[in-house]
Amino acid sequence: MELIAGENVSKVYRSGEVSVNALKGVTFSIEKGAFVSIVGPSGSGKTTLLNLIGCLDKPSGGRLLVAGTDVASLGRADSAVFRGSHIGFIFQSFNLIPVLTAYENVEYPLIMVQNVAAAQRREQVQDLLEAVGMSDQQQKRPDQLSGGQKQRVAIARALVTRPELVLADEPTANLDHDTAMGIIRPMKSIREESRTTFVFSTHDLRIIDEAERIYRIEDGRLEGSRAQEGGRGHDESVADRWQEPPPV
Amino acid sequence: MMNLWRIAGRNLLRYKRRTLLTLSLIVFGVLFVAVFEAVTGSFKGMMIGQITDSFLGHLQIHRKGYLAAIETLPLTMNLKPQAVRKVEAMLKERPEIEAWSPRIKFGGMFSNFLETTHIRINGVDPEWESRTVPLFLSRIMEGEKTLKKGEILVPELLAKGMKVKVGDAVVVIATNRDGSVNGKQLVVGGILESATGPGGRDGYLHMDDAIEILRMEEREISEIAVRLKDFGLLHKVHEHLSAQLGEESNPQGQPVFDVDTWEELSPFYNIASMIDIMTLFIKLMLIAIVLISIMNVMIMAVYERVREIGTMSAIGTLPRKILAMFVLEGFSMGVAGAAVGSVLSAAAIYVIDLARISFDFSRQTGLILRPDIDLASLLTISGIVVAVSILASLQPALKASRMDPIEALGHV
Repeated sequence: MELIAGENVSKVYRSGEVSVNALKGVTFSIEKGAFVSIVGPSGSGKTTLLNLIGCLDKPSGGRLLVAGTDVASLGRADSAVFRGSHIGFIFQSFNLIPVLTAYENVEYPLIMVQNVAAAQRREQVQDLLEAVGMSDQQQKRPDQLSGGQKQRVAIARALVTRPELVLADEPTANLDHDTAMGIIRPMKSIREESRTTFVFSTHDLRIIDEAERIYRIEDGRLEGSRAQEGGRGHDESVADRWQEPPPV
Repeated sequence: MMNLWRIAGRNLLRYKRRTLLTLSLIVFGVLFVAVFEAVTGSFKGMMIGQITDSFLGHLQIHRKGYLAAIETLPLTMNLKPQAVRKVEAMLKERPEIEAWSPRIKFGGMFSNFLETTHIRINGVDPEWESRTVPLFLSRIMEGEKTLKKGEILVPELLAKGMKVKVGDAVVVIATNRDGSVNGKQLVVGGILESATGPGGRDGYLHMDDAIEILRMEEREISEIAVRLKDFGLLHKVHEHLSAQLGEESNPQGQPVFDVDTWEELSPFYNIASMIDIMTLFIKLMLIAIVLISIMNVMIMAVYERVREIGTMSAIGTLPRKILAMFVLEGFSMGVAGAAVGSVLSAAAIYVIDLARISFDFSRQTGLILRPDIDLASLLTISGIVVAVSILASLQPALKASRMDPIEALGHV
């Protein structure tokens, strides 16, 4: 069952007289519960595609459906509501709110976005902090946590609203190998339990190797995709595994 | 909502020194305005009290046109007994009125048998007069604090110039309304302290003596001074009396009476109005202080937290909640500043009151400053501060709530 379906999606940024085609007619689909990586060099359009899927931006052309909703049809407030109820975000720089503790950061979307009752809120927050191994650090503020710990809190925050989709933009870029693996594994196990769809933009081979499907973007075009049984070693040449993109 | 408060509060504590500096500006502004209002209010109240309680009364009733000609104290424009009875009947009916005092005002010559000079005189019933202007008898600097028949209370400057003392015999000569001159020998019963404003340097004698000097066949009254139980009802009573007495007209269909408040009778009203304007300007300064300081802090706060705003927006926080969060920060600063400022103001006003600072005004010396501020005034000042705080944080808050999440997340 498709959660995301993009048909000939394009995005043009205009700055004065200059136009930049960030996405040039991308067609793709992502199944519900998938663990997907979008890879490509810097400036290839990974983040643009993620922003469109995350309803943070609207496509300039084509059609993009997320959970059955046409992204282009959403107004500003509707987009916020949609994001709050369907999508979780994980950022490269963690983006925790510095004045709140780890617990409060995870709790934030349940109060400010979903208005969940206090008892249920406590249960959901505690469950997720436990799942990411941060129960014992929950009263610390972000400046008292390491990079890996901050990202675990960010993962818990992204998942606490029980979204159908989690979007992660370079989630391991600022982390060392061990810490990065310590982030990917809980995400994968959570995915297996909850059937949440994970979409990463990355050029981190550690994530690429954990993905079940990989989309490769270059110069705003989808250059190929491939499915893999998760857990392959990244010593194998990634380029060998690409398939041609589906016909538009 | 509680969570918005919590986040707003913590954000304010993020840069404690900056928040404290802004708060101290607001506190200083509130303190300055409240103390200024208390001190000037005390000065104004005291001066109004001095003027109305010494000689003017709260209201005065004259025959129409009398005030325009008051410099000549025309006896032809006095109120006839029938008109006076009408006024007195109306005054008796009004529960807001404490007392009234009919006066016969006239100009005459004052002689100590060696020299003669001009004098303005009020013929009054001492009991009615002291009920209407309670400081009347306390103005007697020398002599008994009373006014008997056959006595005159001489204003101090005149007494000094004419070298008369209490107990001296003097003569008052006046022209009556028919143009004939009459005089009466009187004894100086007291020397009267000058008071600020017109009529503050008039002499006083008993009404019966005035009637005798002016050879009046019936009591004709120049003015009726009125005292209210509650000075705060001045304009309401003035309106009622004006409406009631305005219905009275002469055979030519013209109104008979004029009702005037002290404001229309004393030039001090202009000073009092100026004090009010100064207070208004001080309040405008407070508004400017609060507006600039809170706006500055909130603009900084939004600028520093662009990525944070982007994150909040991305994870689904509605724009109105982002707006509310920033407005609450400004509002909290305003409330805290107003509360601390109000408490400090009350303390400062109490200390100034204890210090019993004295000052002189015109010829009145040793007036004690008694600053006082009521709860309503403090609440008004606090209300202004809080309202301006909200206003000042609105623009930065709107900017935050309208931020594009992608641009905000990409902000460095």
